[in-house]
Amino acid sequence: MRKPFSRGITHGIPIALGYFSVSFGFGIVAVQSGLRAIEAVIISLTNLTSAGQAMGVAVIAAGGTLVEMAVTQLVINLRYALMAISLSQKLDDSFTTPHRLLAAYGITDEIFAVAAAQDCKIKPSYMYGMISISAAGWVGGTLAGAVANMLLPASLTAAMGIMLYGMFIAIIVSPAKSNHKVLTVVAIAAAFSSVFKYLLPAVSLGFAIIISSVAAAVIGAILFPVETSETEEKAQ
Amino acid sequence: MSIAIYILVMAGVTYLIRMLPFTLFRKKIKSKFIQSVLYYIPYAVLSAMTFPAIFYSTGNSITAAVGTAVAVILAYFKLPLIVVSIAACVAAFAAGLVI
Repeated sequence: MRKPFSRGITHGIPIALGYFSVSFGFGIVAVQSGLRAIEAVIISLTNLTSAGQAMGVAVIAAGGTLVEMAVTQLVINLRYALMAISLSQKLDDSFTTPHRLLAAYGITDEIFAVAAAQDCKIKPSYMYGMISISAAGWVGGTLAGAVANMLLPASLTAAMGIMLYGMFIAIIVSPAKSNHKVLTVVAIAAAFSSVFKYLLPAVSLGFAIIISSVAAAVIGAILFPVETSETEEKAQ
Repeated sequence: MSIAIYILVMAGVTYLIRMLPFTLFRKKIKSKFIQSVLYYIPYAVLSAMTFPAIFYSTGNSITAAVGTAVAVILAYFKLPLIVVSIAACVAAFAAGLVI
């Protein structure tokens, strides 16, 4: 078995590549909103989140208040609290308070999902491996987008937009194939999310994702409660 | 107002949201219901984030659909994450050349 840190790096590579393409777009938007490249990079380095950063830049550009900034960040990023609690259930005993303080920085949708899908207890070094390469991709993409809008042909940067989703599909299809409970939850979540997109466009994306996924998970928990042993050894 | 103060508030709030529950939450959750919800949450979040957003991820719904199909097929055969991810990108790019 490979060392947790290098395993974390390996698992983080697709995240980093996907982040690079997303933050490339963020870098462009941030500069167009009047920020300097270095400010865009610092935002990416200190926040490590897409929707929250995009909203933050919009608040800055509009000259909003600090309260407005704090509240939008709280609402948009509240899902991380949920993920942090969920992940805290899977931590190895070596995950002491200093490690938690450090690794908390890197709880994103993608890092959480990959870590939560592991079939073993999570070690700090595994998180550090995955977080460091993912953050490098996120910050690097921001810088690339901010300083050079023309690095790649538009046809290629457009296609790169699907990479992150391709990774999500890889994570959910494999267990959904062999586990009808997971398949049902996945289908319900996709259906709710589509309803928000096409029938309730007034609901912001962040809330739509939160409501869809919590509702699907609650329905799954009611229809198919899982045994403790099952939660310990998640289907890969 | 200084941009540095905005960034400080932004980063501070975002970090606290992650750090407080991650650090303070030490109890093992006993409730079978809560455990079940937490078991399903990652899959539900990823699914809700992916669908229908993936069909808009390349700026062209046809190339996105091609990329999606390739990703689902390769994931079905349990190929590694990065292979599925890059293949979806290459398929979408190739579809864009053909169209």
